[in-house]
Amino acid sequence: MESEVKDHAELAAIFNKDENRVDWHDETLWWVRQKRDKMAHGLPGWEALREAASQIKDNVLSNLSQYLQQFEANAQANGTIVHWAADAKEHNEIVLELLLKNGIRKMVKSKSMLTEECHLNEYLEQQGIDVIDSDLGERIVQLAKEPPSHIVLPCIHKKKEEIGDLFHIHLGTPAGNADPQLLTEAARQHLREVFLTRKAALTGVNFAVAETGEFVVCTNEGNADMGAHLADIHIASMGIEKIIPQRKHLGVFLRLLARSATGQPITTYSSHFVKPRDGQRLHIIIVDNGRSIQLGREDFRNSLKCIRCGACMNTCPVYRRSGGHSYHTAIAGPIGAILAPNLDMEKYADLPFASTLCGSCSNVCPVKIDIHQQLYKWRQVIVQKGYTTTAKKASMKLMAFTLSSPAAYHTGGKVGRWVLKHAPFAVNNKFNPWFKQRDMPETPEQSFGEWYNKNRKK
Amino acid sequence: MKVGLFIPCYVDQFYPGAAIATLQLLEKLGVDVTYPPNQTCCGQPMANSGFEHLTGGCNDLFIKNFAGFDYVVAPSGSCVLHIKEHLHGDADPQATINHKVYELTEFLTDVLKVKSLPAKFPHKVGMHQSCHGQRGLHLSQMTELVAPEYSKPGSLLNMVEGIELIPLNRKDECCGFGGTFCVAEESVSVKMGKDRVADHLEHGAEFITGVDMSCLMHMEGILNRQGSKVKVLHIAEILNAG
Amino acid sequence: MSSRDKILSAVAANQPRLSPLPDLDILKGGEINVVEKFAEVLTAIGGKVIDIATLDEVSAYIETNTTAGQRVVNLLSEPLGMRAPQVDIKDLPHTLDNIELAILQADMGIAENGAVWLNENRLGQRVTPFICQHLVVVLDKSNIVPTMHHAYEKIGNEKYGFATFIAGPSKTADIEQSLVLGAHGSRSMTVFLRDI
Repeated sequence: MESEVKDHAELAAIFNKDENRVDWHDETLWWVRQKRDKMAHGLPGWEALREAASQIKDNVLSNLSQYLQQFEANAQANGTIVHWAADAKEHNEIVLELLLKNGIRKMVKSKSMLTEECHLNEYLEQQGIDVIDSDLGERIVQLAKEPPSHIVLPCIHKKKEEIGDLFHIHLGTPAGNADPQLLTEAARQHLREVFLTRKAALTGVNFAVAETGEFVVCTNEGNADMGAHLADIHIASMGIEKIIPQRKHLGVFLRLLARSATGQPITTYSSHFVKPRDGQRLHIIIVDNGRSIQLGREDFRNSLKCIRCGACMNTCPVYRRSGGHSYHTAIAGPIGAILAPNLDMEKYADLPFASTLCGSCSNVCPVKIDIHQQLYKWRQVIVQKGYTTTAKKASMKLMAFTLSSPAAYHTGGKVGRWVLKHAPFAVNNKFNPWFKQRDMPETPEQSFGEWYNKNRKK
Repeated sequence: MKVGLFIPCYVDQFYPGAAIATLQLLEKLGVDVTYPPNQTCCGQPMANSGFEHLTGGCNDLFIKNFAGFDYVVAPSGSCVLHIKEHLHGDADPQATINHKVYELTEFLTDVLKVKSLPAKFPHKVGMHQSCHGQRGLHLSQMTELVAPEYSKPGSLLNMVEGIELIPLNRKDECCGFGGTFCVAEESVSVKMGKDRVADHLEHGAEFITGVDMSCLMHMEGILNRQGSKVKVLHIAEILNAG
Repeated sequence: MSSRDKILSAVAANQPRLSPLPDLDILKGGEINVVEKFAEVLTAIGGKVIDIATLDEVSAYIETNTTAGQRVVNLLSEPLGMRAPQVDIKDLPHTLDNIELAILQADMGIAENGAVWLNENRLGQRVTPFICQHLVVVLDKSNIVPTMHHAYEKIGNEKYGFATFIAGPSKTADIEQSLVLGAHGSRSMTVFLRDI
C-alpha cells in the first residue's frame, strides 16, 4: 500500500509514546464502561431488553424498503420535506442548496456522525458557509481543527488544560484557567449568541419512526433543541438504518441508549419532532452512502443495527489504548472497523486487524451486533481481495505448508528451538518486534512430542 | 472412552511442561488418553490473519489425527474455540469432530464432572481469563453480561489445597496477545500486557495462571523483561501440582 | 432514476428475509413505588424534587427564588401570583431569551429515569423549557408510570407536533468527564410533585 496515510498500528504506536497519557485515556474510558455496567446490572431485565432491541433491528433491516416509504409518506403528511441522498456528495449538495435558496450563510449544527462521515463542514466552508458545532465536545474539536475521536465523547482525548488554552484564544477565557465549570459557562454564553442569530439548524437523527413519520434527537446539553426551535429552517440528516418500525419501540431504544453510552438512565433531552414549528420549514435528508451495499453483505449487514452508543469503544482495550484518531475514519473503534471497510476496503483494510478478537464489544452492544465475529470475517474478505502485503502472503503460505506436514513441523520446531538456544542474537534483536519490550520464551530441552515419544509411546 | 490429546503447536515446542501436566492430570483421573504424534496445529494463526483459505491442509491433518477418538482434549481455550467455530475439512466433519473437542477445564467440569482434586499449591495465584475460552467457550461468566457468576477454571482451582486466588481490578480484560496482533500492533499489545501484569502484581500474585499458554507466554515475556519474580503456570500445572 | 428510486430499489434487493418483531410486554418489569423511584432518580441526576399539596407552595418558592426584576413565566392553567404571570407566548421564540424561570405542567413522569413528558401544547413555544435559565415543572403523582414502555402506552397514537422527555437540568461531561450542570439548556430543574 502506497498511501501516506499511516495505518492503525503506526498511529497507535505514536499514541503509545506517552504512556501516562495512554493510562489517562484508558482509565477515563474504562470508568465510562463501569458506569454502563452499574446501570446494566441495576436493571434485572437488561439482557431481555438487548434481545428485544436486536430483534426489532433485525426486523427493520428485513423490511427496510417498506419502512422507509412508510416513514417518508408519514413525514410528508406532517408537513416535513423529505430528500434522498445516494451518497455523501449528494447529501452535502442538498444541504448547501437549502441554505443558499433561503439566503443563509451561517448554520448551527448539533451532533451528527453522519455529517462527519460526509465531511459536511469542510464542504460547506469551501462554499463560503460558516458552520458552528454546538455540542460542547464538538465545538472544542472544531476550534482545535481536529475530527472528534469518539462518537459520543468527541474530545475525550483532550485534557482540560488544552481546552482551557483553546478557549482562552477563541473565547477570551482567562489564560491558564482549566476549570470545567468556567469553560462550560463560557461556551454557554458563546453558543447562546449563535443559537439566537442563526437561521438554519442542522441536527442528526437518533431514531426515525416509520409508523408516524416522527424522529427523535437525544442530547444532554439541549443544543439540538436550542438550534432547531430558534431557526427558520431545521435540517435533519439521517442514515437509512436509523428507522424503527413503531413509536412504542422508542421505549426499548431510549432505555438502552444512554445507559450503554454514558451510564445515564436517559439523556437529559429526548425530543420528538413531528411537524415543523409555525412558520418554520422542516427538512429530512435520508442518506445511503454505502449502507444499501452493506445491507447486501450477509456477514456484515448486522452492523447496520448500530444505534451509535459508543459502548463498544469504551470497552475495547485496543481503542482505549490507541485513541479514536488511530482509526483514521469518522467512526472509530470496533463498530467503525466493521463499517469502514464497506466504504473503502483498501483504505480501511487495517482496521479489522486492530483487535485481539476478545469479544467484549459484542457483549456490551445493546443491539447484539456480532462485532468480533464480523472483524474475523472482514479479515478473510480483505485478504481475499488482495489488500495484504506480499511478505504476509508468503509467510502465511510457508506456515500453511509447515503446519500441514508433520515432518516439516517437527523439523521447523527443532530448528527454531536450536536457533533460540545457540544463536539467540539472531532473534533477540531490533528486527524482532516481540523482543522490543518482552523477553522471548525459554527453550526447553525437548518438545512435548519428543518427551512423549521417550516416556509414553508403547 | 478414548481421549485424544491435542497440544497447541507453541505449547509443544516451548511449554512442554504444560502439556505433560495435562497428560498426567488426565491419567490421574483415570482417562485413557493418547497423543497422536503427527499432529501439528489447529490453523488459528493463519485463519485469524485472514488466511482461512490456506488452512485446508492443516485442517485435514487434524481431522485425520483425531477422528477415531471419543473426545479430543486440549489445554487451550483459543485453539478449541477456533476448532469448534472454524475448522472444517472438505468432507464436512462438522458432524464428527467439532462437538467432541473440549478445552481441558471444560472437559474436567462437564464430562468428567470432577468434584475434587488431590492437588496442593499453597501460593497466591492470579487467574487470567483468557478471552476466547471465556467469551467464546463460556468457561466463566463475563463481566459485561447481567447473568449469574460461575467459573469452570475457577471452581477447579478452588479444589486445590492451600491456594489463594487474588482479586483483580479488571477481572476479564484482554492481555493483548491476540495472535499475530502481538507483533503487528506491538505497542498496544505490550501496553495491554503490562496493564494486566500490573493488576496481578498490585494484588500480590506469586503466580499468574490461565487456560491459554499464549496469554501467559506474553505476560511472562513482560514479567521477565521487568525482572519480576512472578512466574506463569498453565492451569494444568497447578491442578496437577503436589 | 432518482436517488430515491436508486436507494429504495437497492435496499429492496439487498434486504434479508423478513424476521418478526418481538413482544414488548415482557419488558415491563414488576411493581415499583413509582413516586419514590422517580424522586430518587431525578435527584441523583441533578434535579430537585419537592412534594406539594397545593400550588401555593409553588408561588412561595418562586417568591423566594426570584427577584422582581427577573422574568418569570407561568404556563400552567392555574395562576401563581404576581411574580409569575400567566402568559401567552405565541410571539417570536427569540424574545424568550430573557426568561429566568419558566413553570410548566408535565402530563407524565417516568420513574425509572426521572424524566417528564412535555407536550408542545404545554410549552407555549417549543424553545421555552430549553431557553429559560431555570425550569420548574408541576407533575401530578398519579401520572407517574414505572418505565418507558408504560409511557409510550399512555402516549399511544397521540398526534403532537413536538414533544420531549426532559430528565433534569442540561449537562455535559465533555471536559475530562467532569460533570457540569447547565450546558445549553436550563441550569436547574425543579419538579413539584402534587398529591393528585
